[in-house]
Amino acid sequence: MQFGIFTVGDVTPDPTVGLAPSEFDRIQAMVTLARKAEEVGLDVFATGEHHNPPFVPSSPTTLLGFIAAQTSRLLLSTSTTLITTNDPVKIAEDYAMLQHLAGGRVDLMLGRGNTGPVYPWFGQDIRNGIALTVENYALLRRLWREDVVDWEGKFRTPLQGFTSTPRPLDGVPPFVWHGSIRSREIAELAAYYGDGFFANHIFWPKEHTERMVGLYRQRFEHYGHGRADQAIVGLGGQVFMRKNSQDAIAEYRPYFDNAPVYGHGPSLEDFMAQTPLTVGSPQQVIDRTLSFREYVGDYQRQMFLVDHAGLPLKTALEQLDLLGEEVVPVLRKEFAALRPAGVPEAPTHQSLKAARDAELGKELVSR
Amino acid sequence: MTTRTIVVVSAGLSVPSSTRVLADQLADATRRRLLEGSPDTTVEIRHVGLRELAHALVDNLLTGFPAPALKQALDEVAQADGVIAVTPIFTASYNALFKAFFDVLDRETLVGMPVLIAATGGTERHSLALEHAIRPLFGYLRAHVVPTAVYAASSDFGGRGGDSAGLAERIERAADEFATLITSLDRPGGADTDGDLIPFERLLAG
Repeated sequence: MQFGIFTVGDVTPDPTVGLAPSEFDRIQAMVTLARKAEEVGLDVFATGEHHNPPFVPSSPTTLLGFIAAQTSRLLLSTSTTLITTNDPVKIAEDYAMLQHLAGGRVDLMLGRGNTGPVYPWFGQDIRNGIALTVENYALLRRLWREDVVDWEGKFRTPLQGFTSTPRPLDGVPPFVWHGSIRSREIAELAAYYGDGFFANHIFWPKEHTERMVGLYRQRFEHYGHGRADQAIVGLGGQVFMRKNSQDAIAEYRPYFDNAPVYGHGPSLEDFMAQTPLTVGSPQQVIDRTLSFREYVGDYQRQMFLVDHAGLPLKTALEQLDLLGEEVVPVLRKEFAALRPAGVPEAPTHQSLKAARDAELGKELVSR
Repeated sequence: MTTRTIVVVSAGLSVPSSTRVLADQLADATRRRLLEGSPDTTVEIRHVGLRELAHALVDNLLTGFPAPALKQALDEVAQADGVIAVTPIFTASYNALFKAFFDVLDRETLVGMPVLIAATGGTERHSLALEHAIRPLFGYLRAHVVPTAVYAASSDFGGRGGDSAGLAERIERAADEFATLITSLDRPGGADTDGDLIPFERLLAG
C-alpha cells in the first residue's frame, strides 16, 4: 500500500498571526514538504493544479520535475491534473517528459476542476465538463499508445499524422487515476478503462465515498478488468496530530474555524464526526484510517492533506515526522495483514513495464 | 390500504409561530380531504421546522453536504406524496431559511411533486408575494403547485375587521385542490436522487 501527501497549494494567511507566506515561500515550502515526505519514508507526493489566486501551482510538471531532481524514491503525482481545460496534447507531452526525467516515478490523477471561470479563461464551457473529460482522455490515451495519431473531435483542432514526443518511458504510459467527489460518470470512466479511482474523501461524509467506490468496483468487474475487490482505489484524508489529542484539537481549531473551504460553518467536532477529518493523537489517526477499508474495501493508496489553511511549514513538517515515525509504519503492517490474497498493489512504472513485457513474451511464444 | 405522506415545511422563526399554526391548519384540512370517502387510506403528516435546522442549513451552504438531522429532513421531502411549504414574508419575499432549504434540496427532488404554498405576514398588503416570489420558485423546481395559495395576515387570525372566515374558506379550497392533485397523480414515493447509471458507451457517444 502507498502512503503520501497531497497539497492544494493555497496561499492562506495563518489565522493565528494574520500573515500569509509569499508565493516564493509557499512554492519553496511545497518542495521542502516533498523532500521531507521522501525522508520520512512516504511513497507519494501530489500537487494540485489551479489557475487563480490564492493558489500557486499552475504548472505541476515544472514543480514535480524540480522535486524529481531532488529525490530518488518518491513517486510524483497530481491532485488533480485538469483534463477539461488543458490541451490533452500538452498533457501527453508534459507527463511523458516528466516520466523520463524522473525515471518513471510518475503517475497522475485527472479531474475536471470546479472553478467556473477557469473554463472560459481556457476557451471552454463548464457545462461540457464531462464531455470534455471523455473526449480529451480518449485522445490522451491514444497519444501515449499510438506513435502516429490521426484524430478529430468536438473540442480541439484535428490532428493529422501527429506524434507526441517524447514517447512514454519504455513505451509504458503513466498510470492514471480519476478523481471525483460525486460524479458517477467519472467512476464509470475509470472502470471502463481499468484505471485507478481516487475519492476526495476529505470534504464530504463517508457515505458519498462508499457509494462512488462501490459503483467503480462493480463496473470495473463488469468491464472485465478483474474482480471488484481488485480495482485500484485511492483515498484522500485529512489529519492533524499531536502526542495528546487535546493539544491537537486546541492547536488546530483556529485553522479549522478559518479554513477557506469549510471555515465559519460547522464546529470542528461536528465536522470530525461527519467527515473523515481526524484531529488527535497518532493512535487516533491510525484507528480512523484503518476503518476506511470497512466501507471502501482494501485499497491501494492513502493520501493525507497536511499543509493547508495557513498552517506554518514547521507545523506541516512536524505532521510528516509523526506520519513517518508513528503512523505509516503501523498502517503498512496492519493493512498488509488484513489484505486478502489477490488484491493487487497500486501499479508503478516497474510493475506496468513487467506486465507489458510478459504480455509481449506471450505474443512472441504464440507466433 | 394506501398511505399518503404529507411533509409540512415551515420557516416560521418565533415560538409559537403563526406560520406553524397556518401550516398545521393546512395539514389538518388536507388530511380530512384525503380521508373523505377513502376509509382504507392512512395519512401521515411529518413536520419539518426550519428554525431547528437553521445552523445546519448555513453549514450545508458552506460545506456542500447536510448534517444528519438536515439530511433526514431532505430525505423526508424526497419521499413525500405532497409538500406543504409555508413561510413568513420578509422584505417582499420568502425568508432566508425557507430559501436556504430549497437551495440545498437536490434540484430534481420536487419534479412532479404536489406542493401547496402558503405564507404569513403582518398585513394583507404582502399577499401577492406568494404569486410573485414563491410560486416561481416551485415553478423552477418543476413542482405541481396548487392554484390556490393561502396567505394569512395577523388580522385573519381573528379580531375586529379581520377575515377569519375568509381564511378558513381559503384553507379548505387549497386543501381540496391539494388532495385532488395528490390522489390523481398518485406518484410513487422514494425518488432516487442519485440518478441512474450512465454506461460509458453513452458517454463516449457525446
